[in-house]
Amino acid sequence: MAENNFDWKKYLIVFLITMGLFFTAIYLSNFFGSKKINELKSIQDKIAINILSSETEFSLLSDLSCKNVSGSALSAELDDLGSKLEWSQKNLGAKEEVTSLRQYYSLLEIKDYLLMKKISARCGVKSAFILYFYTTADNCTLCDQESVVLSSLREKYPELRVYSFDFSTDLSAVKAMLNIYKIKDTALPAIVIDDELLTGFHGEEELDSKVQESFKLQESKPAGVLPKQ
Amino acid sequence: MATISNLIFQILVFFSVYVQVFLFVTFLENKKKIIRREGPITLKNYPSVTVIVPCWNEERTIAKTVESLHLINYPKDKLKILLVDDGSTDGTWEIMQRFSNHPNVQIFRKKNGGKYTALNLGLANTKTEFLACLDADSIAGVESLVRLMSYFENDPTTMAVAPSVIVNNPRNIIESAQKCEYYMSVYIKKMLGFMGAIHVTPGPLTVFRKKVFDDLGSYRHAHNTEDMEIAYRMQKNHYKIEQCNDAYVYTNTPKTARALYKQRSRWIYGFINNTIDYRHILFNRKYGNFSTFTVPAAIFSILSVAYLLSRIIYNFSNFIYHKFIVLKINGVGGLIPSHHLDLFFVNTQSLFFVIIFIYTFVFMSITVGRRMAEGKWSISLDTVYFFSVFGLIAPFWLLKAVYNTITARAPSWR
Repeated sequence: MAENNFDWKKYLIVFLITMGLFFTAIYLSNFFGSKKINELKSIQDKIAINILSSETEFSLLSDLSCKNVSGSALSAELDDLGSKLEWSQKNLGAKEEVTSLRQYYSLLEIKDYLLMKKISARCGVKSAFILYFYTTADNCTLCDQESVVLSSLREKYPELRVYSFDFSTDLSAVKAMLNIYKIKDTALPAIVIDDELLTGFHGEEELDSKVQESFKLQESKPAGVLPKQ
Repeated sequence: MATISNLIFQILVFFSVYVQVFLFVTFLENKKKIIRREGPITLKNYPSVTVIVPCWNEERTIAKTVESLHLINYPKDKLKILLVDDGSTDGTWEIMQRFSNHPNVQIFRKKNGGKYTALNLGLANTKTEFLACLDADSIAGVESLVRLMSYFENDPTTMAVAPSVIVNNPRNIIESAQKCEYYMSVYIKKMLGFMGAIHVTPGPLTVFRKKVFDDLGSYRHAHNTEDMEIAYRMQKNHYKIEQCNDAYVYTNTPKTARALYKQRSRWIYGFINNTIDYRHILFNRKYGNFSTFTVPAAIFSILSVAYLLSRIIYNFSNFIYHKFIVLKINGVGGLIPSHHLDLFFVNTQSLFFVIIFIYTFVFMSITVGRRMAEGKWSISLDTVYFFSVFGLIAPFWLLKAVYNTITARAPSWR
């Protein structure tokens, strides 16, 4: 007969080793997670400095000429940061940190939007602006589709700037935007182009023509006149 | 919902790691005891052994199987071979008759009744102290029997010894993948052997003391996995089962994904149903590691794979859905990634690292198993085949077995 071979000590030791492995995994995950958060912070700081510097430059030179005004933060950089933040919210453990970074990001977008609008109006830089409102709180399939359309348009027109705002962002500046354009969570995705509000899904062809109109509209405007808000 | 699902997932993953660590600790504890003998060995005594070969439509392999028994390094007068034709409809009986004039071969023919009935007919005609069964699709290595018998000589309490089953002459990806899996089994079985917790005494040449059947009764139908049920019965009665890693038996394995799927559905179905039949010994310390480790570990692996499959399907359908949107809006061009690879997007969730740990353990099991069987450290492409074939098909045969159990539909042999 075989002896009874149950040895609870071994079960315990194996349990502890397994816990050790799990903690190692959690440690590694946190380590790389915080590295990523730091990367996000440094990108964001860089963009913030860019915007601030452009704003300052703009105020300094407002009465002089447009040719010295450099563009604000690169649109591509803002997009890159946006997609990284979105990914982080889905995949990183540190939710609170990512949420506050996303609030900051929304604020930067608004600042960039206001500044670029002024620059383009004053100096006649060819540009078009889309404000895009979506939600991550509910399962919004139309938002998924609209995002793809906007990415494609952005690739087509480097002068087009798309600013995306998550409806659920808890930030007064974003809420103010929602109020200004009367955006409701039942009508998402929503797009604002040249102060016109479009709700629901809009295809690439339709938006393409709107963007082109927006470019034309700008050309017809005399330089140096601020658009009426 | 998401948090409950996540919690279940974490628990399943935790136990998967636990099982691997348990096996690894057992390996470290017993490393020195694992021996691999190169040449022929001699025993003090050569007890008589009867080898029962149950056959059902094995005309293509039976001759080789019997010939391998004739070449085996064991005194001819101590080895009896019983060939049992379980109502074959092909030329098996004719081929068997060719061997009938050998002095140590006896042939039987009966109406088809399933493998266990063929084995029981052999059992009824066994008069020796030891007996082995050998599936008619397997070839016994020359030194296999004598090495298996040495375990009985060294330990009189040993009641059964299982060999290392190796894939015979793998020719395609499916067989090569199984070759790897069988190496891993050599490792796992050896560790379970050290723990006294082996749950299957495989058809290819496991040797038993006849006492096992005299005491515990003959083979049962056992949901078409009689070699598993007898091991459960032995464990229940505290009969010691060992694993002899250097006794090689070469077996023909399924050549197609479909055949493999069928075979594994049957095995898993057998496991689930034998476990249900023996549920009262589960988590009972009285029955040692068999009831507290082997069976729970197998149950957990079935649950994990089934759960993982549902998650994979969910994630994959999400992925396809997203690609579909891109395709619909942007055409084929949109599917080509436009941005460069950014390390930022590499997954660094803790689960990712845990899965790396699990893969490392599995990889190590295969390598150590290969070393125990072949005596060399090597890595081959088979490992890649193993991960892809088993990763892709295993979930489906698991689910099929679960489905069959729920609908009480017993799978057929072929």
